[in-house]
Amino acid sequence: MAKYLLLKHYRGAPASVNNVPMDQWTPDEISAHMQYMRDFATRLEGTGEFVDSQALAPGGTFVRSDGEGRPPVTDGPFAETKDVIAGWMVIDVDSYERALELAGELSAAPGAGGKPIHEWLELRPFLTEPPTVTE
Amino acid sequence: MDEALLRSLTPSVLGILVRRGADFAAAEDAVQDALIEAVRVWPDDPPRDPKGWLVTVAWRRFLDATRADAARRRREDVVDEAGSDAPVSGVDDTLQLYFLCAHPSLTPSSAVALTLRAVGGLTTRQIAQAYLVPEATMAQRISRAKRTVSGVRFAQPGDVATVLRVLYLVFNEGYSGEIDLAAEAIRLTRQLAASIDRPEVAGLLALMLLHHARRASRTAPDGSLIALAEQDRGRWDTALIAEGVEILQAALARDRLGEFQAQAAIAALHADALTAEETDWVQIVEWYDELVCLTESPVVRLNRAVAVGEADGPRAGLAALAELHDSLPRHTAVAAYLHERDGDLATAARLYVEAAGKAPNLAERDYLTRQAAQLNTRRSH
Repeated sequence: MAKYLLLKHYRGAPASVNNVPMDQWTPDEISAHMQYMRDFATRLEGTGEFVDSQALAPGGTFVRSDGEGRPPVTDGPFAETKDVIAGWMVIDVDSYERALELAGELSAAPGAGGKPIHEWLELRPFLTEPPTVTE
Repeated sequence: MDEALLRSLTPSVLGILVRRGADFAAAEDAVQDALIEAVRVWPDDPPRDPKGWLVTVAWRRFLDATRADAARRRREDVVDEAGSDAPVSGVDDTLQLYFLCAHPSLTPSSAVALTLRAVGGLTTRQIAQAYLVPEATMAQRISRAKRTVSGVRFAQPGDVATVLRVLYLVFNEGYSGEIDLAAEAIRLTRQLAASIDRPEVAGLLALMLLHHARRASRTAPDGSLIALAEQDRGRWDTALIAEGVEILQAALARDRLGEFQAQAAIAALHADALTAEETDWVQIVEWYDELVCLTESPVVRLNRAVAVGEADGPRAGLAALAELHDSLPRHTAVAAYLHERDGDLATAARLYVEAAGKAPNLAERDYLTRQAAQLNTRRSH
């Protein structure tokens, strides 16, 4: 009973094993990839472990308060290295081991040549409410 | 419509159906149907015997559903054989429901969800809300759990320790929104304690009551944590403490010690002290020694190190801590606290920051960060 965030990166994560940009896959390979992700989410709905899943557009913007009349927007503090989040899935599972297992499975979505991408996914536990008993 | 009454009747009605031979999942559906019917009919036409009414309607629903399904003919035979006339005591039926919901074939989260639904009578929406997951997710979790235990017959009474662990999980979840899971866990444990005579069940109930008694003083209005030593003891619920202590003493007198009784004894010693300084840490260490023998749990040893630090001084606490692996949850936080008590504020502040980074929840992270900030401010003046 712990929630984890699975983060998928456009950029910023270490290179995947089957590292071919998506625009160089065949349309069928892209369809197979999308279907794999959908099937994965559907299966987790069925096991009662799915919480949420969203995709994000690549173009992010950094904003800060700079006082009146100043430009508050940039494309990022570190233009060369910034990572870009492609999307997330939130799962609610019984153990860290189960979270690892599912992240591994999602990472094996098929890519170019129908082979698993083996991409790196970031796995982050949620901070929660304190339990009733702590001392 | 008395929702509390319906909720309190749900488990025994469900238990009676299952006892009569109904498959668990089908029985649960039938009981839900009967509850909806009750909500519709009772305001205009209240029954003289609410439980009997629910059993009759639910049983009829179950038979209808079973008969409608030709493929279930064989089960119908089983049902006919089991008979449906003998009145059965509600206490036994509910008890068996507890064991079914804590069946070892279920994962902890499934067991918790099923217990809240079948024994607690909560709706799927309420349970989903309490656990902050979508209702569809919780519905699937519950229906999978129901399927898992569907083939299980009541012949196997199961393990009471598993039931207690499930109830303790519910209690530890705290609360969110309209459902107070800690209060719900206490209600269910009271019910269980009324139907089964075991010192450990009483021990768990006492433990819950003693912790619950301090709940109002554990957080500030802004939600931040208040450490035990700083709590306003005037806000502790003395009636709950008295009840918890009485239940615990009766359990301890049976001389069958278990981990919940030992934990409750520690909670009782905290509750007993009028000020933090008056806490009987020597006796608390002795109870932790008992707990270590009972559980062999490294988390218990960690808690023991804190108690040793209070009883014999921070150096002794740090020595006890040194025997434990630093990957243990809250190990760094304990080290920070003991170094602070020992007067090494620089080390303590550094460790508090490190502990905050590993904190499992927001309130604890903020508390540890504040501790670090406090020490750093103190050192720079």
